[in-house]
Amino acid sequence: MKPAPFAYHDPTTIAGAAELLGRFDNARPLAGGQSLVPMMNFRLAMPDHIVDLNGVAELAGITVGETVSLGAMTRQRDIEFHQGLAEACPILREALLQVGHRQTRNRGTIGGSLCHLDPAAEMPAVMTLLDATLHAAAWNKLPRQISMRDFAVDFMDSALEPGELLTRVEFAPWAPGHGWAWREFARRHGDFALAAAGVLVALTPRGDIDRLAIVISGLGPRPVRLTSVETAAAGAKANDALVAAAVAAASRVSAQDDIHASAAYRQRIAGVMAERALRAAFERARAGSPAHV
Amino acid sequence: MSESSSEIRDIELTVNVAKRRGKAEPRLLLVDFLRHELGLTGTHVGCEHGVCGACTVMFNGHSARACLLFAAQANGADIVTVEGLANPDGSLNVLQEAFREHHGLQCGFCTPGMLITLTEHLRDNPDTTEEEMRVALSGNLCRCTGYEAIVEAGLDAARQLRDAGKERA
Repeated sequence: MKPAPFAYHDPTTIAGAAELLGRFDNARPLAGGQSLVPMMNFRLAMPDHIVDLNGVAELAGITVGETVSLGAMTRQRDIEFHQGLAEACPILREALLQVGHRQTRNRGTIGGSLCHLDPAAEMPAVMTLLDATLHAAAWNKLPRQISMRDFAVDFMDSALEPGELLTRVEFAPWAPGHGWAWREFARRHGDFALAAAGVLVALTPRGDIDRLAIVISGLGPRPVRLTSVETAAAGAKANDALVAAAVAAASRVSAQDDIHASAAYRQRIAGVMAERALRAAFERARAGSPAHV
Repeated sequence: MSESSSEIRDIELTVNVAKRRGKAEPRLLLVDFLRHELGLTGTHVGCEHGVCGACTVMFNGHSARACLLFAAQANGADIVTVEGLANPDGSLNVLQEAFREHHGLQCGFCTPGMLITLTEHLRDNPDTTEEEMRVALSGNLCRCTGYEAIVEAGLDAARQLRDAGKERA
């Protein structure tokens, strides 16, 4: 099918884009278009105004330092091939390689994926794992910051107000030598995962857990952190008992049935993914070497 | 402030090294612009939601779904379609010839997208493994299910391009 008619706007600044989004009703920002345009082609989305962000240069870019900042219009491709990012935050690339296909990542953006907020999408889950902060701008309003936990409100529903625009996402990378792993199960490569698990772990010099973060996605409407396991793990051994606790917690994450899989099946897969991600992350943390994805 | 309208826009772009121009209302998809406005019917319209890969073109140097881009976004862009792949004398290029040799196409519907995807893959990964090639092709569907021959063609083209590179060196 073809999209319904709309007016097309191509601003070149954040202020210009925010004004257009604020001024018009039923206006949608267009990022990489890999989710919005299919929805428009099916007429599941029928915006009256499209505000194309592809010409807003100040929305794109990667900086790696004390914190990592990714402009909302940074292409997934550019994240995938950024060497400094691969060293500072290797899980990002490991997860990104499961996002769609070459053609999708060439156009798709980090901001688009975060705002679309598909329950099985990798980027919202990774940003949940990293406790990322999202920066938003709006016309005639002060910019504000939203934590990723508050940003993902419900099924494909973000905390952005109408007219509000995501400008960048920021997070503190974990210390060099941390372990990481992203594991997911999808029917075919590039498909949305039935269940996925992401893990970051830092070990003490003795090899015990210093800090642990686990995220599960694909089960419910938004990514879920296994906070009880994370908290209990501090100071504990990186051993089978910890893995078993994480598997049990992952299998209890609230899940929904759909045409692809039953809730019970997704929960079982979540446990398997959690175990695989944990063991891989432990191994990498013990090896203590940065990024060899 | 930006230009804004529901009106028909003039689009100027480069397609297969030639300057082209045409008209597009905002909702016109790039693939339909290429086919109906510019008459380049080599790029195929398949699923129209970014799944099948039949409409894949090179957009500013990278492969992209032409059904997920609006023609208005291509103003000033540099595009390569399947019509732009042949040698300057009109003969098939190495990849196209390999498809012919290895029966890399049956009905031919997916072929334009397959060729563009592999053109980018071979450019960026001249030493590609078979597995890397299969992953690269995962965004292109062949409903004749002729993948084996497509992969064989791609790997043969990679070999030929590497050998040609060595001879030049």
